[in-house]
Order: sequence, then C-alpha cells, then structure tokens
Amino acid sequence: MSRLEILKTYKIYIGGQFPRTESGRFYSPLDKKGKPLGNICLSSRKDVRNAIVAARKAFGSWSERAAFNRGQILYRIAEMLEGRKEQFISELIQQGSTKKNAEEEVNLSIDRIVYYAGWCDKYQQVLSSVNPVASSHFNFSVLEPTGVVGILAPQNTSLIGLVSIMLPVICGGNTCVVIASENLPLCAVTFAEVLNSSDVPGGVVNILTGTNKELNETLSTHMDVNAIVYGGDDLEALKQIQENAVLNVKRVFSYSKDWSKADSQDLYMISDTQEIKTTWHPIENIGGSSSSY
Amino acid sequence: MKSKLVKKEIIHSDNIFSPSIDKVGVEERVARFQSRSIKNESKLQGLKIALNMIDLTTLEGKDTPGKVKQMCYKALHLHDVHPNLPSVAAVCVYPSMVRIAKNEVRGTTVKVASVSTAFPSGQAPLDVKIRDTQFALDEGADEIDMVISRGKFLSGEYNFVFDEIAKIKETCGKARLKVILETGELTTLDNVRKASDIAIYAGADFIKTSTGKIQPAATMQVTYTMLMAIKDYYDKTGIMIGMKPAGGISTSKLALHNLVMVKEILGNAWLTNEWFRFGASSLANDILMQIMKMETGVYQSSDYFSID
Repeated sequence: MSRLEILKTYKIYIGGQFPRTESGRFYSPLDKKGKPLGNICLSSRKDVRNAIVAARKAFGSWSERAAFNRGQILYRIAEMLEGRKEQFISELIQQGSTKKNAEEEVNLSIDRIVYYAGWCDKYQQVLSSVNPVASSHFNFSVLEPTGVVGILAPQNTSLIGLVSIMLPVICGGNTCVVIASENLPLCAVTFAEVLNSSDVPGGVVNILTGTNKELNETLSTHMDVNAIVYGGDDLEALKQIQENAVLNVKRVFSYSKDWSKADSQDLYMISDTQEIKTTWHPIENIGGSSSSY
Repeated sequence: MKSKLVKKEIIHSDNIFSPSIDKVGVEERVARFQSRSIKNESKLQGLKIALNMIDLTTLEGKDTPGKVKQMCYKALHLHDVHPNLPSVAAVCVYPSMVRIAKNEVRGTTVKVASVSTAFPSGQAPLDVKIRDTQFALDEGADEIDMVISRGKFLSGEYNFVFDEIAKIKETCGKARLKVILETGELTTLDNVRKASDIAIYAGADFIKTSTGKIQPAATMQVTYTMLMAIKDYYDKTGIMIGMKPAGGISTSKLALHNLVMVKEILGNAWLTNEWFRFGASSLANDILMQIMKMETGVYQSSDYFSID
C-alpha cells in the first residue's frame, strides 16, 4: 500500500526551545526537481527580537564559563553531529548535493567544530599580551567577547558555511542569533536539534529561518546586537547592514571564503568578535633584574 | 452539635459579606483582557500613562541613602534623551529613608510613599505599628503602605485585621493609606476578596496586592478580584478606592493588560495615578525602551538606559 509522505515542518530555535514563528507563516523551498523540501518557518521581526532577548540573557553565564568547559561543550557538538551524520548527508542530497560531496561536507563540518573546540582554552594565551610601558605599571591586554552577535549564514551552503562562521563566535564566549540560508535551510534547523541535545545552554545559539531581506533590517538596527557577521555575497545588503550598524557602532565582518577548503578556518575569525581590554596595574619592575616577582 | 455548627456558618459575617469567587470564570475573563488588539497610537499613550502610574520602589535590607537618592533622581529624570516624558507617581521606600527621599523630590509632583507597620511581615504589636507609621509621617511621607496581619486573617480573626487597619488610618490623617493584602499568602481568591472588603470598609484609600517579597505577587487574577471589590463598593457608596498591583509586573505588555482591565471594569476615572499605581522597580525601564522603540523604530538595548 502506498503511503502519504510526511513533509517535515522545520521549526526555529530560540532560547533552547523549538517554537514555530510567532507570525504563523511558512515557506516551502523547492529541490532541483521542483519538489518541496519541507515546511520552513518564515520568521518575523518579532522572532528576531525574541531571539536577541534570549541571546542577551544567555550571554552572562556563557561568557563567564571556564574556557576549558566551553571547549568540552563545543567538542560535544561534534560528537553529536558525528552520531547524526546520516541525516545530514541525506538532507544535503535532498538539497542537491552529490553523495560524495555531502559526505565530505558533513565530515569537514565535524572537523571544523573540533578545530574551534580546541581553540576555546588557547586563543586567550595566544592573542593576549603583556605590554612594555614606560612607567611602573604591569600593563596587559586580554580578550573579552563582544556580546550578542548577529550571524547571516552563507546562502550557497546548508551546513558547512553555517558551522564555519558560527563556531568562532561561540568559541569566544559570544552568544548569537543566526539567520539560516534561505533556500538551503534544512541542515540549519537539524543542526539546532544537535545543539539542543549537546550541552550548549539554551540561548547561546538561536537559529531562525526566513528571508534575509526581511530579517537583516531588524537584526542590524537592533541596539542590543553588538556585532554582525555577514556570510552572504549580496553587496547591496551588506552596505545596508553597515549603514544600520552605525546606530550603535556594531562591528560588521563580512567573509567570502570557500568554506569547503580545509584552510578556511583560522584563529583570527575568533578574535574578530572579541574586544581587547587593557589594564594598567601599578606595580614595580616586571622582568628586570631588580624585580621581586 | 451539628446544628450549632451550621448556624455558626450562617451567621459568620464574612460569608454574607463577601461574595465567593468563581476561579474559572475569573481566569477566563482575565484571559480576554490579554487578547485586546491595541493600535500603536493608543499603545504609546497607554505606555505614557503607565509610566506616570509607577511607584518606583526600593525595599531592600541593603538600601543606603545613596541608593535612595539615585532612585529619586531616576524618578525625576527617567530618560533625559526624550524630552516629553511624564515622571513617575511616587517613590516608595522604608521609613528610615523617607526624609532622604523627601529632600530629593521636594517641589516636584513625585510623592514619597513609605511602607510601615513592620513591613513586610507585619508581625509586630499594634503600638509598634502605629509608631512606625507615625515616624514615617513625621519624616515627611505623603502616603503610607501598610501590611495586614495575614496570620490573624488566616486564623479567622477578621475583626482584629479590621480594627488594625482602622487604627492605622486614624494615625495617617490626611496621608493616603494603601493596604497591602499580600495575596501570595492568602492562597485563595475568596480570601483575596474577603481581605479587600475588610480593607476597604476599614478605611483604605488604596488596596495593594503584595509586598514584592512573596511569589506569586500581582497576578491578573488577583488584581481582577480586587478591582471587582472596588467596583462593588463604588456601586454601593459612590466612593472611589484606588488600586495598586505590586510585584511581578516588569513588562510593558503586562502593564498595558492591567490598564485594559482597569478601564473595562472601573472606567476612565481610574486611569490616573490618583487611583491606580504600579509598584515596580524594573517596569519603568521596560516601558521607556518600548516608547523609544515606537518613536525611533528600532529595538532598544538596556545598555542605553539607567540601571535599576
């Protein structure tokens, strides 16, 4: 007996919950053969606002968590993704990948998560510094997370692009609101399920689906977003984001890399969403022969 | 023996006095207040009214003169970036801080409310409560927020509660008296109604839900029940009584829901800070952020507003 196929409704991810969009709207992107991929939430401005509130709430404890523990949690994401490999591969194929490319993309995503998991408790040592100053001060600079980061995921990949620009952000103790690829959204939502079943606290990552055009504006004008990471290639949209960012001097970073290359990951993507705090601590000589330290 | 009990129940004054409350009905009606669609223009006006109804409150053991002064400054300068904002209705402090607060807000429309009668527990003898109240008044309090003796109320000593309120009212003289029922400890809506009636008949100018120290505090259900007591009293006597939900109202949405409820039950006459107040500390900032959102079109961040 033939059976009716169940078209999955993909929900959004806000504050560790999977609500439907408050607007009740959805869209159905098509695969190459013109068949609908699924029912995808068409998120509204209010969803963006809710996600930002959740991200801000989660920021305090996530940024203060021990770096080593953050690393453990990120590693756990990789473990969970490894366990659900098959689902991601089949979703990628559904969205137009060949089997070989799909497998490569999932493997590379897992490796990339492990890469950033490793950096969690190391970037601080590598990037911070003790600075020589011409007074009796112990002067040092350390990194602190920027805050809530809005992420516009690359449009042309479903998984690897999202992973590549999101991981350095949370690795550094930021929380984020991600707008998934509009036409290839399946892996983003399934990745939210992975995040939820690993140990990432609710609100650290919030994932919305919908049209960039509609959501960019709210994300980039919102006064409680501290930085925007743009992974798309629409220069007009980027210009608009940069103009909106002026409102509260958000940092804006735009990446256009080929995320499928093994070397499209680096330490400086972590430091992009970090602020540098320099402290002047009154003290005697440091490192001189008369230093008593 | 049995007939005696029944008789006692019948003559038990409060059973005749206060109607019993249909909890399910209350919940349904309250749910409907929350589903009104409010147009942007009315919303902006509503937010400004709500702002003007706030009793900005600090009631903590760690309060210092500095903290109270800071709060009074905030009461007068809610968000100076925006020129046309109302100030809040009052600041609400402990008796020991009344003089400091009064000095800060003197000559403005902002009043000083003081809690008294061994706030928040109310566990003190009557003469201590009277002295507590008198002290607050001598220090310059314009309004007194007293707590009822919940222990006595729950053990059925309604006359005691009534007399106590009446005594404090007498002490207050012209100062307006708000009576805190601490509804979180009264457990049922029937009790809330009963306590409301006792407070109103004993001379309260305002009835207030909670101290803010006990959860749940000012739920819509409780506020609704108290508003109905005020309405019944008004219908009977023509005398207006004020209402102050306090504790747990921290978002502008909830504040607007409350205003809708007041308007629909009691009417426009109650929509001023003379008859309706919000006891809150973090509500003001949320309302300010909403107002700024409506006027600038962009969502706001608490980074750009004063610290509560």
